[in-house]
Amino acid sequence: MSKKILLEHIDVPGIETLAVYREKGGYASVEKALKTMTPDAIVEEVKKSGLRGRGGAGFPTGMKWSFLAKPEGVARYLVCNADESEPGTFKDRYLMEKIPHALIEGMITSSFALGANTSYIYVRGEYFYIIKILEKAIADAYAAGWLGKNILGTGYDLDLYVQAGAGAYICGEETALLESLEGKRGNPRIKPPFPAIAGLYGCPTVVNNVETIAAVVPIVNNGGDWYAGIGIGKSSGTKLISASGHINKPGVYEIEMGITVEDFIYSDEYCGGIKNGKKLKAVVAGGSSVPILPADLILTTANGEKRLMSYESLADGGFASGTMLGSGGFIVMDETTSIVQNLHTFARFYHHESCGQCSPCREGTGWMEKILHKILDGHGTLEDVNLLWEIQRKIEGNTICPLGDAAAWPVASAIRHFRHEFEEYVKNPAAIKNVKHYHNMHGLATA
Amino acid sequence: MSEIKFNDETLALVQSIIKRYPEGKQKSALLPLLHLAQAEFDGWLSAPVMDYVASLLNIKPIEVYEVASFYSMYNLNPVGKCLLEVCRTSSCWLRGANEIVAHIENKLGIKDGETTADGKFTLKTVECLGSCGTAPMLQIGADFHENLTFEKVDALINDWSNKTEHSKYLDNSTFRKN
Ligand SMILES: Cc1cc2nc3c(=O)[nH]c(=O)nc-3n(C[C@H](O)[C@H](O)[C@H](O)COP(=O)(O)O)c2cc1C
Ligand code: SF4
Ligand code: FES
Repeated sequence: MSKKILLEHIDVPGIETLAVYREKGGYASVEKALKTMTPDAIVEEVKKSGLRGRGGAGFPTGMKWSFLAKPEGVARYLVCNADESEPGTFKDRYLMEKIPHALIEGMITSSFALGANTSYIYVRGEYFYIIKILEKAIADAYAAGWLGKNILGTGYDLDLYVQAGAGAYICGEETALLESLEGKRGNPRIKPPFPAIAGLYGCPTVVNNVETIAAVVPIVNNGGDWYAGIGIGKSSGTKLISASGHINKPGVYEIEMGITVEDFIYSDEYCGGIKNGKKLKAVVAGGSSVPILPADLILTTANGEKRLMSYESLADGGFASGTMLGSGGFIVMDETTSIVQNLHTFARFYHHESCGQCSPCREGTGWMEKILHKILDGHGTLEDVNLLWEIQRKIEGNTICPLGDAAAWPVASAIRHFRHEFEEYVKNPAAIKNVKHYHNMHGLATA
Repeated sequence: MSEIKFNDETLALVQSIIKRYPEGKQKSALLPLLHLAQAEFDGWLSAPVMDYVASLLNIKPIEVYEVASFYSMYNLNPVGKCLLEVCRTSSCWLRGANEIVAHIENKLGIKDGETTADGKFTLKTVECLGSCGTAPMLQIGADFHENLTFEKVDALINDWSNKTEHSKYLDNSTFRKN
């Protein structure tokens, strides 16, 4: 059942080194691409593969690549988004730490396809130990002739650099990332123009997630049709899922798209069921930004079909009863979890991370955090719950970048599916004590 | 106060980092340079240190201040030798982050954001560090400490009580000399 493509060699000792990575067939896609394919032919294979952006939005990668402007004499850039800061997401870190050359190989093959001669990997600053691993791997790749001038004697030149961020979730938004890479505050740009026309230093630029870039390697090696045959429908291929929360086996799992959510949560191959034999209460399936769903709706759609791990199935029912695959940050909550307290951690997060450019986001995220704090302190009223709903509604769709929506959706979905819990908090503040008590009962496993 | 100047090795690294960007785009080196400055100058960015970084990149000091104040990893005030950054977002909260924070607060006698009187420890709660599958967790410098228990936290604090250097995200071997 488990289908490993990106993580096929994850357990091979020494796979983080260039030598072992090469032994396992590493860098074959660079040879094939540079020596036997045209850039356009690579873009065509990526289109055929149906690969969709793994950073969260799921935009078709081949289509994004074909939008890249190619004015004569102007540099083009490929920038890899390794900012990975969406709460619940840690797959890019895993891939970069364990198989750094998979990303570097993907960057070379993809840069060639896009006609970029300088590319950057923007890594969140908190991952400095990963930056060190990548820098070492890049140095080795240069020494072996995979990077630099005249790669494999084909006349293709590529320089690849790692850029360190410095703590700002918003720099994962692609235009904020480009601002940050230019040495500025991470304020998202107004679009259009899109980066494909005017990105880094005003030049045509493609920004792709780590996992997206890594997936280009097997696509070039085996062909787009092969990749399109894996997975289900428009959710082709495999996806790295970061599983966390109240499960027996947290970690990063590569799944073939289309397995059931139920299988993912309960099978020993993946999460291994809920910790301490408790019952499932709710899941945030795609990172903090996507709507939370109660147990029944995450396991089956409103139509009673088994919910699958795919873009389409997770979104089935729209926001009324569905959610999104997002970044694949899969956070599981057991029956003792307070949805209101969990939401407070999200609201605090978005308030902290708002860049402050748009008033609905800057002010709204602060209000939402404060109201939730008030409710948790036992001073909330029913009007506060209604006010929360109103605020999130007024943020959504009214901001420069999607962080506003991302802050609104968790609030909207928590109230939509768990309104009774908010009401219990405001009607019966004593309930809060019990919840806190429950929470403490999780305790901390002592070593 | 002694003159603010990177040591020779760091200065060479700075030149190599600036070369990573096209001619005239040296401002792109600002974030890495601020990291190097914080690591070399006692774990925080004073105004004179930021002015020095501005002079290295030939940009205005305000261009450095506005960036330094935007990103959460830059400390604009002195911090303790050991900066304990504890994640408190959802996945960590679900697995006991609040209890870890409370434990550290009790043990060190400080609250979130404070530094111990001896200048050894600063406690800072932070947002998701991408370690949710190994929650609860905290970061000291570049090191992730995961699947925390009270015992693990106690051992870390014990360890750091005896150290004299500052916790750091990077050193001069982190970035490749290109
Ligand atoms: C607030 C915000 C944060 C984001 N964070 C990330 C991130 O950490 N990593 C990522 O790859 N994409 C992130 N994205 C999505 C990027 O803007 C962009 O869509 C993505 O990097 C494109 O790559 P892909 O098409 O390969 O997914 C974020 C978007 C927003 C609005
Ligand atoms: S929505 Fe929020 S984060 Fe995005 S640009 Fe506006 S203020 Fe900044
Ligand atoms: S929630 Fe703590 S590391 Fe992600």
